Amino acid sequence: MTSTVLPPPATAKTRAPRATLGERIASQLQRRGALAVLVLVCAIASATSSTFPTWSNISSILGNNAFVWLLALGMTFVIITGGIDLSVGSMYALGGVLGAYGSTHGTWLAVLLPLAVGAAWGTVQGLLVAKAGMAPFIVTLVGLLGLRGLLQAVTNEGATTYLVPAHSAFRNFGSGVWTPVLITAAFFVLGAVLLTRTGFGHTLTAMGGNEHAATLLGLPVVRAKVLVYLLSGTLAAAAGALGGARLGSGVTTIGVGYELTAIASVVIGGTLLTGGSGSIGGTASGVLLLAVIHNLIDHYFSQYGSAFTDTVNGGFLAAVVLLQTLLSRTQQLE
Amino acid sequence: MVQQDLDPRSDSVLEVSGVHKSFAGVHALRDVGFALRPAEVHALIGENGAGKSTLIKVMTGVYRPDRGTVRLDGRDRDFRNPLEAQAAGISTIYQEVNLVPLMSVARNLYLGREPRRFGLVDVGRMNRQATQTLGRYGVDVDVTRPLRTLGLGAQQMVALARAVQVDARVVIMDEPTSSLEPREVETLFSVIRRLKEQGIAVVYVSHRLDELYAICDRVTVMRDGAVVHTGDIADLERLRLISLMLGREMSTVRDKGTTAFDAGGHERRTERPVLSAQNLTVRHRIRDVSLDIHAGEVVGLGGLLGAGRSETAKAIVGALGTESGSVEIEGRPMRRRSPAASIRAGVVMLAEDRKAEGIIPNLSVRENISLAALPRLSRAGLVNRAKQDEVVRFFMERLRIKASGPDQKVSDLSGGNQQKVLLARWMCLNPKVLLLDEPTRGIDVGAKAEVQAIIDELARDGLGVLLISSDLEELIEGSDRVVVLKDGHVVGDLVGQDVSEEGLLDAFATAPAVSPDAPAPDPDADPDAASETASDSAASTSAAPGTPDSPDDPAGTPQAPAQDPAAAPVKENHA
Repeated sequence: MTSTVLPPPATAKTRAPRATLGERIASQLQRRGALAVLVLVCAIASATSSTFPTWSNISSILGNNAFVWLLALGMTFVIITGGIDLSVGSMYALGGVLGAYGSTHGTWLAVLLPLAVGAAWGTVQGLLVAKAGMAPFIVTLVGLLGLRGLLQAVTNEGATTYLVPAHSAFRNFGSGVWTPVLITAAFFVLGAVLLTRTGFGHTLTAMGGNEHAATLLGLPVVRAKVLVYLLSGTLAAAAGALGGARLGSGVTTIGVGYELTAIASVVIGGTLLTGGSGSIGGTASGVLLLAVIHNLIDHYFSQYGSAFTDTVNGGFLAAVVLLQTLLSRTQQLE
Repeated sequence: MVQQDLDPRSDSVLEVSGVHKSFAGVHALRDVGFALRPAEVHALIGENGAGKSTLIKVMTGVYRPDRGTVRLDGRDRDFRNPLEAQAAGISTIYQEVNLVPLMSVARNLYLGREPRRFGLVDVGRMNRQATQTLGRYGVDVDVTRPLRTLGLGAQQMVALARAVQVDARVVIMDEPTSSLEPREVETLFSVIRRLKEQGIAVVYVSHRLDELYAICDRVTVMRDGAVVHTGDIADLERLRLISLMLGREMSTVRDKGTTAFDAGGHERRTERPVLSAQNLTVRHRIRDVSLDIHAGEVVGLGGLLGAGRSETAKAIVGALGTESGSVEIEGRPMRRRSPAASIRAGVVMLAEDRKAEGIIPNLSVRENISLAALPRLSRAGLVNRAKQDEVVRFFMERLRIKASGPDQKVSDLSGGNQQKVLLARWMCLNPKVLLLDEPTRGIDVGAKAEVQAIIDELARDGLGVLLISSDLEELIEGSDRVVVLKDGHVVGDLVGQDVSEEGLLDAFATAPAVSPDAPAPDPDADPDAASETASDSAASTSAAPGTPDSPDDPAGTPQAPAQDPAAAPVKENHA
């Protein structure tokens, strides 16, 4: 069928169909759905509640949660590669304790000790996933349990509480409302640049989309995989240390289930749980949305108890993921 | 910039010599030598499992050879991964588009070597450059959209643009046209010619012989992991090429082969076909394929790899979505085709890939056999165990399934017995038509003969059978009639005497001189449609000498014998 005489090349044009309006809206919603819902929820809450739009309420939403959001930032990178990091909640707690412990010996140690431990543990996890080919779920589940155990060992099973000295400069990292928010925002901006504007970020997205292809394209897949767990572990430890600075002590019981909240924020933010697509901006919207909803549920439903809060949270997550699935299906049907 | 040859003996840009590679003790490559000259398009051809893909992977650093050398520009190279091979100037386009579907077109094009400003990726410049680059390949798209929103052909073009953009000395194309439309193939060819002008060597792997003769200078034929021929493609007749590839000489056609089929053939029970498929078209795979199967007859479906045989069977039962076409069973049209609907109507397909699409390894022989028939063996949702046992025992005896008992796990059985279990699974549905896709592939000789005897027996019992087989002997001796496919078209319907090795090879080699949009010259097809296209076909026959278009071709038209329409029985309606 191709033995005919070939015409000049320029005549053959391959024209892909332009995006339809519906498809474009669907794609935008999928990417910015969390932001749209966030704006909607805030507007409704501001209109109906007199306490929601007050400064004290907003500052408590932002200031108290900001450092935990860093877990979601690290998780975004991991999930974009198609992996998962369950160890961040335990790492958050360990980071706080190590930071408080380090601050008794000086601010530098308070910063460096958690970072070093987080980076080391993250590297081990990354090597196990990338080089040994183990499932990320299992490797980081080991991290979740193991780090909790390490935490118990460091604190004599919770008997020893490390306090940040009252005049340590370390406390400055977590004081007030704006310092945590600005630190967290700076990390998110750096993260967004890293993901969209560097070869490393492109490699992460590519390997999440099609790891086999990424390897054949000659991308450094193994290295990127190690680095992404290193990044997530370090960020989680840093978040924990900053949280410890805010609380003024290393709290051993903190951080349980934070990894799941982080995963939820990432997914609500439009990142595909299977990897290959996602954005830092989406995750930012996701964490804010979860925080606002938590705040509202606390406000309106506190008389029903905290169990109700979690149920509503779960239901909301299910609704968002369902919506996302439907959206991505319409895109594929195109 | 061009490096001087360090080894004066070699005038090759890429040379592979003495390469051995085996996987788990099985030899995939045996002492393979392959030399690629600068500015040539070199065809690499062979049947499935001949070792082409393994050779390509050795050249591109995906595999490392057990023994032997890969030399680039006369220097020994030992690529440890695709990245090193790419950096050295060997680019590859894989058969399946190996890009990242969720990422934007531009990012796919520049993955790993993004244009930068201040150390960061310059997205604006990347998108502009991508638009320009793709424009040169005739792809005019919004480069910020995800790659998956493009058509397969356009995606393949992006892969091509990517491969060529890397400073390539050698470009390897593994079946680049399998998902391209004819006009996209033309664009591809013009790109290949431009590469040639720049002195870049191209390795071109394809099963489409017409393409090879149209664009390639030299050819290397592989079979069973070894190179069996290398030379100018112009000096090699199509027929000779095919017999090299299949490993059989034209002269060794035996009257009575080693298959277990009865030589007598079968007789049609009725005039009305039990299954009649009309003008089945599957995008990029098959076009206007029509065939009839009568009760009590074995219809062979022949063709080389990639001709669309499996796709035809899948399209008939609805396992593959069709763009157009219809299927009638005993004169009744099937409205919505799906595997379940086909089974209800009495048409069942034995899939080619036994492991992936057939057996359920952890279930017992009993469960595997009765799986599809469970609805018939159940009452009120409960399986009637006695009835189930009875059916299973009957078929285990009839098909001579060797197992310790119905409770043995099917994964413990030999390949031949697994195949019989699958046959039994379909037989207990009392089908009217049986579509068999490579029923004897990968099973030992004894079991093969038994399966063949069973096929014979079933046809004698009045079943309509469609037999797809790459084993020419099996196809010839097992079939009463052979429908030959090529590039997704029906190019022949061999009956009686023509059902022979020569007839088949002739049909394989014949270029279907029809424009791709016109229906194939199928004798079964509507005579009106055939005459409509006759003029088109005749025109393109005369305009398509099929010679390689290299101007310095000294041999003229060496493949003229194969091109002669009169030599091929299938061309009768054009003469």
